[in-house]
Amino acid sequence: MAGEAAIINTAARASLWLQPHRIVLILIALGLVLSAAFFMRWDWLPQYWEMGLMGIWRALWILAVTCALGFLIAVPVGLAQAAGSIWVAAPAKAFCTIIRGTPLLLQLWLLYYGLGSLFPQYPWIRDSWMWPYLRQAWPYGVLALTLSFAGYEGEVMRGAFAGVPKGQLEAARAFGMSRWKILRRIWLPQAFYRALPTLTGETVLQLKSTPLVATISVIDIFAVAGKVRQDTYLTYEPLLLLALIYMAITGILVLALSRIEARIPVKVG
Amino acid sequence: MLGLLHSLEIAVGATIVGLLIGICGAYGKLYGGPVVRDLLAVYTTVVRAVPELVLILLLYYAGTDLINQVLTAIGYQRVDISGLVAGIAVLGFCQGAYSTEVMRGAILAIPQGQIEAARAFGMSPGLLLRRITLPAMLPFAIPGLANLWLIATKDTALLAVVGFFELTLATRQAAGVTKAYLIFYLAAGVLYLAVTLFSNFLLGRAEKWARRGMPSVKEAR
Repeated sequence: MAGEAAIINTAARASLWLQPHRIVLILIALGLVLSAAFFMRWDWLPQYWEMGLMGIWRALWILAVTCALGFLIAVPVGLAQAAGSIWVAAPAKAFCTIIRGTPLLLQLWLLYYGLGSLFPQYPWIRDSWMWPYLRQAWPYGVLALTLSFAGYEGEVMRGAFAGVPKGQLEAARAFGMSRWKILRRIWLPQAFYRALPTLTGETVLQLKSTPLVATISVIDIFAVAGKVRQDTYLTYEPLLLLALIYMAITGILVLALSRIEARIPVKVG
Repeated sequence: MLGLLHSLEIAVGATIVGLLIGICGAYGKLYGGPVVRDLLAVYTTVVRAVPELVLILLLYYAGTDLINQVLTAIGYQRVDISGLVAGIAVLGFCQGAYSTEVMRGAILAIPQGQIEAARAFGMSPGLLLRRITLPAMLPFAIPGLANLWLIATKDTALLAVVGFFELTLATRQAAGVTKAYLIFYLAAGVLYLAVTLFSNFLLGRAEKWARRGMPSVKEAR
């Protein structure tokens, strides 16, 4: 019975969704896509196929690394602002304000051109093991994106930490848990659940800021599209494809994150 | 300093354009017919899913090219669209999608009775919008719109990539000439930060003003 009802329900929803005007709109969209496919030049695709995949892979890799590292920094930053004494809270707050108050592009260029131009002046840096890395562009890109994510996320985590009901923490203390244990077992998980919806949005924003690293010569998918444009003198085709790729990645990301969101208990606190 | 001026000009222009698009978009999404609604849904989804940098490149080149093609097709001469206008249009287009969503939420937050009462008074839709809907949604919309303004000031930096002379590009050129990279970038950062903090202060005042007469957030909870 329940199965039947579900089938009828989905059928009804489908018919609700497929109204006549929607069908017309979908047909128009299909026509646009097909005309784009036929009338524009796509013969450069096979040549750059591998490079494009490499670029997508690199963009995703940067996204994953910066989000993970940024979140690791954001937890102490948020905790410092929510519970720390003023000596810890003030620097954390200043960090968040500075990161959120300046454009990411400027931060990126400050790190890459600014810091990057300082390093070669010191011989001991040039001789150290770090030099091969410091000479490349991607560490600066990863660092800038990580700091930016940490800045935005630190503010979110501050709200999340502050939003955990006092009673939960008092109960944990009454159980005789140590401070570290309270943080690990009660405070952090609950704050994380609270922050998760915002975290999803921030991750999508982070994805949308990854193309900025192309401006400091990291070859991600955006840079590949730029190269195609330079080589073939085509203006629209690579950009349209690029927009499509980003939309696909965003869609997949949102879908995956909402799956995770659906798995956690809704009722917290 | 000229760069800063240009940045602010673009940010203000883009926010205004974005607000106009936002009001129209929110109205279309709430009261429009099914076709308008679907088209607006596609617009907001696409703009919010594609990175601003890609959109800016696409619109900046494609938009100017398209306008010129249309003009030549009609029989006019090609016009040189200034970077300022193009930048404002492009950023405004991006901002419009975000502000549509903000406004839609804010209008939905108005107690329905107020709008119904205005209709019962026989107000025309234009008068209703001007006298009731806009003022009543302001307290709900200002936090979101304040965020959008801050994003707009920071998004102007992206126009440096397409070669528009604003603060970030000016900084880069100055730094390139003098080789004092760190100092110039830090100075630009301080300028952006000052703009942000100053507008934070102003927007806080504005929100207080728009919220006058309403229960404070703490009491409402």
